[in-house]
Amino acid sequence: MSGEALFGLVGAAVIGIGLFGLVTNADALRKLLAFNVLSSGVFLFFGVVARRGAAAGLGGDPVPQALVITAIVVAFAATAMAIALLTRLFDRTGSATLGDSSTDEGGDA
Amino acid sequence: MPHTAIPLAATTAGGDLLVAAVMLPVVGILLSLLFGGRTVERLAMLILPLNLVIALLVFIDLWQSGEPLAYVVGGWTPPLGVALRADGLSAAMMVTTAAVACAIGVYARADFLTPAGVVEARSPFVFWPLLLGVCSAMNLVCIGGDLFTLYVAMELLTFAAVPMVSLDGRAETLKAALRYLLFAIAGSILYLLGITLLYGTYGTLDIARLSRLAQPDFATICTLALMTTGLLAKTALFPLHLWLPSAHAGAPAAASAALSALVVKGSFFLVIRLWFDVMPALPGSGGATILGVLGATAIIFGGIMALRQQRLKLLVAYSTVAQIGYLFLIFPLAWNAQSGRLESGAALAGGLLQVMAHATAKAGMFMAAGTIYAAFGHDRIAQLAGAGRALPISVLAFVCGGGTLVGLPFGGAFLAKSLLLESPVASEQWWWDWIMFAGSTLTSAYVIVVMTRTLTRARMSQAACASVPRYQQMTALVLALSSLLLGLAVFGVLGIIQIGRPDAAYVIAVAPRFFDVFSFAAILKAFNPVVLGTVLAIGHMWRERARAMAADAVACSGKRSPARLALLDQVDRALRQWPVGSTSLLFLTIAFGAAMFAAH
Repeated sequence: MSGEALFGLVGAAVIGIGLFGLVTNADALRKLLAFNVLSSGVFLFFGVVARRGAAAGLGGDPVPQALVITAIVVAFAATAMAIALLTRLFDRTGSATLGDSSTDEGGDA
Repeated sequence: MPHTAIPLAATTAGGDLLVAAVMLPVVGILLSLLFGGRTVERLAMLILPLNLVIALLVFIDLWQSGEPLAYVVGGWTPPLGVALRADGLSAAMMVTTAAVACAIGVYARADFLTPAGVVEARSPFVFWPLLLGVCSAMNLVCIGGDLFTLYVAMELLTFAAVPMVSLDGRAETLKAALRYLLFAIAGSILYLLGITLLYGTYGTLDIARLSRLAQPDFATICTLALMTTGLLAKTALFPLHLWLPSAHAGAPAAASAALSALVVKGSFFLVIRLWFDVMPALPGSGGATILGVLGATAIIFGGIMALRQQRLKLLVAYSTVAQIGYLFLIFPLAWNAQSGRLESGAALAGGLLQVMAHATAKAGMFMAAGTIYAAFGHDRIAQLAGAGRALPISVLAFVCGGGTLVGLPFGGAFLAKSLLLESPVASEQWWWDWIMFAGSTLTSAYVIVVMTRTLTRARMSQAACASVPRYQQMTALVLALSSLLLGLAVFGVLGIIQIGRPDAAYVIAVAPRFFDVFSFAAILKAFNPVVLGTVLAIGHMWRERARAMAADAVACSGKRSPARLALLDQVDRALRQWPVGSTSLLFLTIAFGAAMFAAH
């Protein structure tokens, strides 16, 4: 097995773990962490892609690296925003779960 | 009209307009942060009209030259650099977005101006830059020339939209915003995964280049399945609508209008880009049919749920769920079995027109609902008696907007439906016509229910209702009326969608004849759903009354029907649970992949 293939398989495994966490966890913070695991897996894929594109004797294709740095910034911003919402929600209600959607109809304040 | 089949790799004359369209709102946001206070709203008042002017200039430029605009950022040509391109679709979308954003700006003045005597208030300081952010991101979604730029644009759109949901900071809206954000980023990570695979396969993300290179191999099919599902999550197509009702109904009216009219259209536009521009031959009839079936289910399900809502803003939000469904009917209708690809013809034009009609009508309806809420202090539909007298303009706006969605002449949706049915597929597959008819019937039913409730004379004097600025009501009415006349207004410029399609050979000219579309028979036919809808509305209100009486008398007369109806609510609630929603995300990905594998 070549290095890239191993790298890619690890990325796929990380994506799988992240997806599982995203689907099964009821707690919003855990969902957010799972999202971060999932995005790390996708970022690993970018690494694999950069290596595969380097057929012409180069060390690596620079474009995926430029893409992945942007994607990391985006994921970071999303995480920061979700944390901000979460802390505010926790301040208001004392809990941070999203499982209950029955409040939708009850909001006639 | 001349077509351009060559991917543009150089900046054209007027290409600077595209940079201005994206950057002007961003400059506004930065200056807002710098100066704060009242400058924020003044800047927005300046930039929103300027944004519309730029969009109109792009539109006029395209219309006159018949050629798409392009701007190559930094002089680096596409394989390495990034290009901005405006074709006919982008220009039409940009004008719609900018016009609706302007109207939202006018409407929001009543709710989001810094109060006198205060240096800076929290919600205005947040709202106006977010609105500018939505404008900038929508413009970038329209003109981004490569899939990664579009990813960034889509994320900008989400990040501008999510805080709008929780502007008032109540726990329910915070929860709704968080659900929206988490589901949206789950969708965008699938899109990003698709981008990785695509870059790994073709070494470019430029749309024009990819459209020549794309082959139906394993990686490309996975890519398309992942990216499509990710985008559907953000568009809230049934069954991925778990975040939409609470987010759109909980937000302040001006924000709801922006979310419902503009934000969901951004990700839908990317689905069009992906399916029609990048890989028109890849989805196969199976993939297109899946999208169509989901759309049809959304129309029926969203319509019934809207009819069953007790609160006006939730009704309008579920109506958005249904109307999103119409947009996805274009995929099966644009599929050409002979050439084995999606063709840009009448169906695409109809879809674009539906986007424009829904954007204007739904913004008007949310604004009308907002004024009713502001005046009455609640939006419970059953207790809206007297609204017609207190807020006649708002009620008229709501009914006009609703009428557009029903497909009454000469609305945008009327023309959109006749264009959709003009596609050759529609004559073989008659069921799409029936779905649209059923959807219109349900739409007219809930509009009639609201109309009847608001026009009822109030039993006791409800003079206690607060006053609402007249210009807010007028803004809603202007939007609703413009969508009701959109069909006439844009009839002559329909051909613009043919400008700059990447594969000119498969573009079918859209040239319906005026008197065919607006014939007496067609106009008469458009009122059929209203007749059926009236019957449905009467039945619905009669049942509501019976149920209310049964609840009062604790009689067991209505035992059977509430149990059956509660089932639908249960289904909807189950679908909006997180595990169900996110699992259907995965199942849809697999379904798309399987359908496309079967086709190749």
